[in-house]
This record gives sequence, C-alpha cells and structure tokens, in this order.
Amino acid sequence: MSDLILTPNIDGVDDFYAELIATHEGLSDADSQALNARLVLVMANHIGDRATLSQALAAAALKSEE
Amino acid sequence: MFDDRYTLAYKLYPYERSADQDKDTPVRHPVVVMGGGPIGIATALDLGLQGIPVVVLDDHEGVGMGSRAICFAKRCLEIADRYGCGEPMLDKGVVWNVGKVFHKDDQVFEFNLLPEEGHKYPAFINLQQPYFESFQIERLRELQAQGAPIEIRGKNRIDNVTVKEDHVVLEVSTPDGPYTMEADWLVGCDGASSPLREMLGYDFTGKVFQDSFLIADIKMKGDVDFPTERWFWFEPSHGEGASMLLHRQPDDVWRVDFQIGWDVDRKEEMKEENIRRRLDAFLKGVEYDMVWSSIYTFQCKRMDSFLQGRVFFAGDAAHQVSPFGARGANSGMQDVDNLGWKLGMVIEGKAPESLLDTYNTERVHGADENILNSTRSTDFITPKSAMSTLLRDSVLALSEHYEFARPMVNSGRLSVPCTYDGSALNSADALDGPARTRPGSPCPDVPLGDGYLLSKLGNEFILLTIDTDAPDEIEESGITVRRLALSTHDDPSLLLKERYLGDCPAGVYLIRPDQHVAARRPNFDENQIRAAIRRATGKE
Repeated sequence: MSDLILTPNIDGVDDFYAELIATHEGLSDADSQALNARLVLVMANHIGDRATLSQALAAAALKSEE
Repeated sequence: MFDDRYTLAYKLYPYERSADQDKDTPVRHPVVVMGGGPIGIATALDLGLQGIPVVVLDDHEGVGMGSRAICFAKRCLEIADRYGCGEPMLDKGVVWNVGKVFHKDDQVFEFNLLPEEGHKYPAFINLQQPYFESFQIERLRELQAQGAPIEIRGKNRIDNVTVKEDHVVLEVSTPDGPYTMEADWLVGCDGASSPLREMLGYDFTGKVFQDSFLIADIKMKGDVDFPTERWFWFEPSHGEGASMLLHRQPDDVWRVDFQIGWDVDRKEEMKEENIRRRLDAFLKGVEYDMVWSSIYTFQCKRMDSFLQGRVFFAGDAAHQVSPFGARGANSGMQDVDNLGWKLGMVIEGKAPESLLDTYNTERVHGADENILNSTRSTDFITPKSAMSTLLRDSVLALSEHYEFARPMVNSGRLSVPCTYDGSALNSADALDGPARTRPGSPCPDVPLGDGYLLSKLGNEFILLTIDTDAPDEIEESGITVRRLALSTHDDPSLLLKERYLGDCPAGVYLIRPDQHVAARRPNFDENQIRAAIRRATGKE
C-alpha cells in the first residue's frame, strides 16, 4: 500500500491544466459534469490501490487534516 | 500643433535643432530608432556600445509620468547590466520573496520564492518605470560623453515612412517644422499602439482578450506597516472585479491593481471618489494619498513578423500580452538583446543579412511563449465557462489544504527568459551537461570570487572553457572570439560545475553576445568550434 501523494507531482502542471480546460471547451454543463465523472473513474482505476483511493476521497472532501 | 500625448515625469532630452534639418538633401543614418521608451533607449545603448551610430527619435522630450511597468525580471536586469545601468536599478528597486494568495478575501496560502543562490540579480525587482528609464538615459549620456555615437532627438515625430529596397525615408515633424531623413534600418519601438505599424499597415492579430485594470499608486499615511510582499486576490469582494494585486514599489509607494473588466465607463471609474471607494473597502480606515492612477487595457496579440524589409519591430509594438507575469517590458528588453548584436554585425559587414531573419524566428518564439503563459494566467483568473470556474475554485480550495494544488494556482507565471530551442544559430548539443545550459539557453549567472560570470561575458562572442584548454583567441570569417578560461576551482560554491558541467569533467561553450549558448562540447575541437561560430552568425 502506498500513501496518497499530496505534494506537487505533475511535470508541466500548466500544460496539464490547460489541456483539462481545453477538454471541457464547448461542452454543456451537463456534458462537462459527465466528463468529470468519467475522468474520476478512469483515474481511480489507474490508481487501483483501495487504501489510496479512500485517502483520495477523504482528501477531496477536505477531511484529511481533521 | 505639437502637443504632448502624456505628461512628463522628467524632461531629459528637450528639443534641439539638428544639423539634419538644415541640409538640402536628406541625411542618411545607419539606424534610426522610433520611440524613446525603455525598449528604444535599450536599442540605442546596445548599438552605441558596439560603436554603431544610432539616432533615437521621440515625439516627447523625456520620460512619461506614472509607474506603469513595475516588475523587472532577472534577465531584463542582466541585460541592463550588460548595458551598464543594472546596478542603480537594483539599488533603487524593491526586492520581495513572500507572496500571499487570497480567494474571496480569505487567505488560501502563502509562499516564499526561495530565490536560487549565486546570481548577481534577484528573480525580479519592483521599480517604477520612470526610474528604469531615467537610469537608462543617464547611462546613455555617460556613453555619449565617452564618445559613443548615440543621438536622441526630443519632439521629433515620424509622420510618414517610405520603405525602399535598401533604406527607409522618414518625414519628421518638429516644433521648427518638418524635415526628411533616411535610415538604412529603422527599429520601431513605439509601443502597443505603434503608429509605425499603422503607417505601414501591418496586422496585429492573435487570441484576443479584452480586460482593463484600474491602477492606483498610493502612499499610506501614519504608522502603517504593510509587509514587502505580493498579495493577490481572486474575486475580492472589496474590489468588485476578477482580481486585485497589492505590491510595494520604492519610495513607500504601493501599487494596487484592480481588474475591472472590459465594459467599464473609464471616465466614471477614474473619478477619485470611485477609486477611493474601492481602496477604502480593503484598507479599512487607513489614510493614504493618491500618487497616480490610470486605467490600463490590454490585448494578447502579436505581429506575424517582427522584421519587414528594412524595418524591425520590438517590444509592445511587436507583441502585447496581459500584465500577468510581467512579460511586457521584460520581453521587450530581450528583443533588443537579441537584435542588437545581429544588426551590429550586419552593419559592420561581419554577417550576412540573413542573420537578421533569426531575430524574427527567435523572438517570435519568445513572444509566443509569453502569450501562451499570459493567456493561461488570464484563463485562470477570469475563467471562461462554468466548469472552468468550478475547476479554478476547486484548485484554490485544495491549495489551502494541500501543497500539490499550489503550483496549479496561476496568478501570473513570472517572466523567465526564453530558450531558443531549435534555432538555426544553435549547433547540436555535444555535451552531456545540464539541460538549463543547452544550446539556445540564456547563460545562468555564477558567482566568481568577487564578481559574476555574466559580467565577464560582456557584449561579444566568448569561448568559455571550464577545466580544459583552448586558444586565447579565434578568428573566424571576420568574427573574433575571445576565450574566457575558468576552472571549477574559481567558484567554491560549485555552482559553475552544477550549472555548466553537471557530471562532465570539463566543457567548452560558445556564447553569443546576448549571452545565449550557441554551442557546447566536452573539449576544444577547432573545426567544430569554427563551424559553430559560422552557424551562430548565419554563415552556415
């Protein structure tokens, strides 16, 4: 099991962010939300590790520091 | 008839009648610079230092009022240092390292730039533009006194330009009436709304953003101790706009930038009571004097080509970006850095005219990099869709809790010099050295005893050898390249090794007059170095 990485871990983070925004460009709000949901599932599968996924869920809920 | 378009801070070059005005036939000059702003004066300094005669024509008689560009980056200061006016800028400027980011009035995080050691100049300084320009003019006067062939003519306005095959003809207005002059080369440094660009009918296009900033310079009264930090607000409630920036300048003046959108009533917004209403909302009871205020609008655009026959464009005349990241004046200085030596060599017959094409390719590359970065910052600060806003707000929310999200927060990526990857002037990288000094890169500074590397490089082609041998001087097709011999022992901090050798035991660098790397190798190989010199001067 590995710990969830919460320090900077993406090389060229501006490129990634621009690509993320570009992927949403032109979509309706509903389609954008659906895209994000699919993205979460794709990334979750890539991570795979159950414990890390639980940590990620807690982090996104902004609960991990409590 | 000849009214000022703006108020002067300092009248530094009052109109004087020039001998050209009394000649029957127009006088031909090698180089005329249109515009006496920071980019035009830098052009004059660069050429003047090379001994190339240059005449600057400005439609005003000095430096305009108002702080305007206030953030000058390391590379820009290094270029100014090469021209001999960097130190007074550093002495006067304010250095800062701590920044705070706020979202809707709450602080989300604080950062320290932790500047890299071993550079003569910091990552950037804050300095009002009139100071920057005054130091440049002081240096220009000093060079003139030493005999540098620089002339600056105040209240000389170019009204018409005719481009011929090998020169340009300029119709110039003065308070004494018009005269005609000619120039082999014309450099347009006449700003974002460039009359020259208009006169010649060149397009200024690109991804267009339209926004405006209300800029207020204030001096706080009494015992207010604001720290020397950069404070940036996303969606401040008290600013009623997309963003707000608070930054310290010299003389205890604070710059406040309110981003207020494009569709605003400029006249209404500029009323002192309205500016004070915005300021009061966040200064809460602090007394202050207003020093200067202005509304600034921007668009992200560039010309298709910065070289049009005998006419160059540099600085804002060639490209304009959003202010996020301080990429305006800073990139203009890099334009001049790039153009100066190339134009000098072509005028002196040491390089073919085709070398000048690389000014265009290299600086278009730089402008595109600046426009890309500035566009991304603009997209983060003023998201264009509901999802983009949601993602931005999520980044800000996460950045309060987790370090990983902080690099995603984009309130401007501060100007760093462009590496000319893929330039025709570069030779293939033959050293397995650090990526930051690969061919095309600007040389990073290194401390050397009581001085610094960049000061030793100066304004000409240099063969830098580190722990290896080479001739003291090489002459190749009219270009003299002087050797600078260094050893890793010259720098106890080991930064010379870290920045120029990495794991290699020795290295040889061919460095251009603008202090960019043209070639590097593990050792001196005469044929290879000669080929690299020819390539770097457009002869290969």
